[in-house]
Amino acid sequence: MTSSRKTSRSWSLQFATLATGILLAACAEQSRPSWLDPDGTPPPPVADDTQKIEVPPPPFSDDIFPCTDCHDPDLPVNTKRRKLKLAHQDIVLHHDEQHRWCLDCHSVSNRDKLHLANGTLVDFTESYRLCGQCHGDKYRDWRAGVHGRRSGYWNGHKTYLLCVNCHNSHSPAFKPLEPKPMPKPPEPTK
Amino acid sequence: MNTVKLFWEFTAGSLRIVLKGSYLYWSWVIGLLVLIVIGAVAWIHQLQVGLITTSMRDQVSWGFYIGNFTFLVGVAAAAVLLVIPAYVYQWKPIKEVVILGELLAIAAIVMCGLFVLVDVGRPDRVWHLIPYIGHLHFPSSLLAWDVIVLNGYLVLNFVIVTYLLFSAYRRRSPHKAFFIPLVLFSIPAAIGIHTVTAFLYNGIAARPFWNASILAPRFLASAFCSGPALLLVLMQILRRFTRFEISDRAIWKIAELMAYAMFINLFLLGSEVFKDVYSNTEHLIHMRYMFIGVGGHSPIVPYMWVSVVCSIAAFVLFLIPRTRRHPVTLNLGCALIWIGVYLEKGMGLVIPGLTPDTLGEIYEYFPSHNEFAVSAGIFSVGFLVFTLMVKVATPIMLGEFTAGREPARTTAPGEVRLANLQTSVSGSRE
Amino acid sequence: MTTTGVSRRDFLCVVAGCAAASACSNITHTAWFRKRFAELDADAKAKIVADLERDYSRQYGKDVKVGTTEPMPGVEFGYALDISRCIGCRRCVYGCVEENNQSRDPQIQWIRVLEMDKDYGIDFAHSTPYYDTDKVPREGHFYLPVACQHCENPPCVKTCPVSATWQEPDGIVVIDYDWCIGCRCCMSACPYGARHFNLAPPNVPADEMNPKTHYLGNRPRMKGVVEKCTFCIQRVREGRYPKCVEVCPVGARKFGNLRDPKSEVRYILEHERVFVLKAELNTRPRFFYFYS
Repeated sequence: MTSSRKTSRSWSLQFATLATGILLAACAEQSRPSWLDPDGTPPPPVADDTQKIEVPPPPFSDDIFPCTDCHDPDLPVNTKRRKLKLAHQDIVLHHDEQHRWCLDCHSVSNRDKLHLANGTLVDFTESYRLCGQCHGDKYRDWRAGVHGRRSGYWNGHKTYLLCVNCHNSHSPAFKPLEPKPMPKPPEPTK
Repeated sequence: MNTVKLFWEFTAGSLRIVLKGSYLYWSWVIGLLVLIVIGAVAWIHQLQVGLITTSMRDQVSWGFYIGNFTFLVGVAAAAVLLVIPAYVYQWKPIKEVVILGELLAIAAIVMCGLFVLVDVGRPDRVWHLIPYIGHLHFPSSLLAWDVIVLNGYLVLNFVIVTYLLFSAYRRRSPHKAFFIPLVLFSIPAAIGIHTVTAFLYNGIAARPFWNASILAPRFLASAFCSGPALLLVLMQILRRFTRFEISDRAIWKIAELMAYAMFINLFLLGSEVFKDVYSNTEHLIHMRYMFIGVGGHSPIVPYMWVSVVCSIAAFVLFLIPRTRRHPVTLNLGCALIWIGVYLEKGMGLVIPGLTPDTLGEIYEYFPSHNEFAVSAGIFSVGFLVFTLMVKVATPIMLGEFTAGREPARTTAPGEVRLANLQTSVSGSRE
Repeated sequence: MTTTGVSRRDFLCVVAGCAAASACSNITHTAWFRKRFAELDADAKAKIVADLERDYSRQYGKDVKVGTTEPMPGVEFGYALDISRCIGCRRCVYGCVEENNQSRDPQIQWIRVLEMDKDYGIDFAHSTPYYDTDKVPREGHFYLPVACQHCENPPCVKTCPVSATWQEPDGIVVIDYDWCIGCRCCMSACPYGARHFNLAPPNVPADEMNPKTHYLGNRPRMKGVVEKCTFCIQRVREGRYPKCVEVCPVGARKFGNLRDPKSEVRYILEHERVFVLKAELNTRPRFFYFYS
């Protein structure tokens, strides 16, 4: 009788220990997000397009390009900062206009190109390099695919857009949009 | 006598008993049947159109049905209040009426099941809840626990009551070794069903009004202080219209125990109010919605104040021995506590828990006509089931309905049946 | 007085479209005794898919496909939303509605865009989804779209009594619409209001119905079951972006594989400062909000 009581007591102790252990394990804090401790399966390969960025053509207004159609490359350029009177009056500059004007971005030596701060000429198809000079963090994020719209495949080819596809370079801030209709508030049944 | 034949006689005899009754009895039964038909029609409409016939929406996804369910689980659990003194303390005066408590528990669980059935979006798929045939997500889901414990409690009570009544019918002494353990087990079972139901709410972190440890004790306290009230009223009715002898001491003792439970109920409510008001976090908004209203939305505020006033008044009436013992104030107290706890547990738990919703939106939920109709139908089913069971059980307990004997005639209102006293068979009373 | 911004013409078009769709739009030509999707073998799944495709095609007059694409190994989806960019235009809401065949009447929208008050910051008590202005963003406000967060610790999965909702290996929390009993425990348990209930048979106009569906995703649902965002499971398991990501005009939404250190989402976790909603509830959403 005594030995069976002793055995049952030791069983109870073992069970209690096991139960406590399970309880503690269940309550244990989950320390790391699950994806940082993956199950060993490698992620599927992603197409590497970090070097070449495929972008759509720049969204020129009708008949505005090439600029040399109007701007004769042989004529001298008036580099004095002024309000334009003969053409481009429709352009309202709303982009750091206190310090910058047209020729801080548009090249004087080649009217069909833009230029960086150090004078390097940049095609309109690579205008993002110009934007990226001042907006470095946005440019870095854009290259990573985090700034701006992209469509395509999360594990494959993605299409980029030029900065100017969304932002008017002369007045980049987005204009407010008309929102889609609000949801119907719930109506109780009588 | 062959048990099967006996059982058949029992069934036939029971049918005859329920079909014989006074004018009052039939008015009551027919009234309930009318409400049941109304409820059934309303439910069929809901089945055809969908739950859009209710006022429940995404923002308040549980409402009147689940509130009633919660209240009725409490009523079912409260039967234990009679079992504890009867069997644990061997207190004679209450023992004789324990069966009535268990019949109430059965009727309440039947209503609970019906309220869940009308609340789910796909009643045709409730078989998914059956283990092995469907897939019951036990032990992770609290609703899975509820399915098991509520059905288990129903079976337990049904077995106990059927065994005791059938033994009395056969004029055999029931085996103590069989039913005493079952009855003793029904005490933790009753506490268990209401605790599981409380945990169903308690475990939901998304709803801060429910996510409080106090919920299980509150549920139990409000169940114990309100459930027996119906039995007190019933026992007085039985005492008046049948030969049933129920001493005043039994009734007063139950009322006294209810008073203590009422105090605990009010104390726990007060604790909840203090915590929300003093801490003054954003979670206060649920309590404000209940008692003051938020941003012009106050559909349940009057009901909540009625609930508080009724609960306090009932407590006072039950606390003072003079009012507890006077039949008028006693019954008034019973009605008040039922109103108080019904409003608090039905409306005052589900609606404020879901309003404002998780994204801060306030949707003024109030039950629709269809919901009221379906709920009235279900309550009527429960009351009818209870009435019929009591109608059969009372003569059995009195020894008037046993194997080979049936009650000679119905009891007219107010008449005390002394004629059968001499002919009652000894040994059939438990 | 226009309160909803929907013109009478739009409304009549919807009604006409709904009338054109079958009157009995809750297809339940599924065998009543069907097992849970997770317990079915490949043959049973194929048969069920064939039945569903036939029924849906007949109902909508289109060649409807119901896919059962399995999760890709080594993938765990994550989502990031830039609330400095979101302007509250709701194009994501309606793109989602069209892509995922949500009911137009009664209206179900899986994405809810909350207008927040700049004076209060992220504070649900001072937010509203019912903003109705001519132009967004509105002065003094910013916007926070909310949908299913596909949590690592989903409280909805824990509480479902029949396991009709579970988390797939690629992180998407899915619902088997044919197993759900409509008890709405999951809706009580979700801290983000992400789950929606079909109070009546859903109405999807046949001409707007998206016929490329997934069993666990955007196939037409029925009355009495719960539904929610599935990260466009029918798209992402084929490698495409969810619809909301592609439709957002300002590029506020980003999506990718959290297990891939070179994905956009991991870049955001590394370089931006993210937060999740209701972090104290320990649900560990895979939906990150950030400012840029």
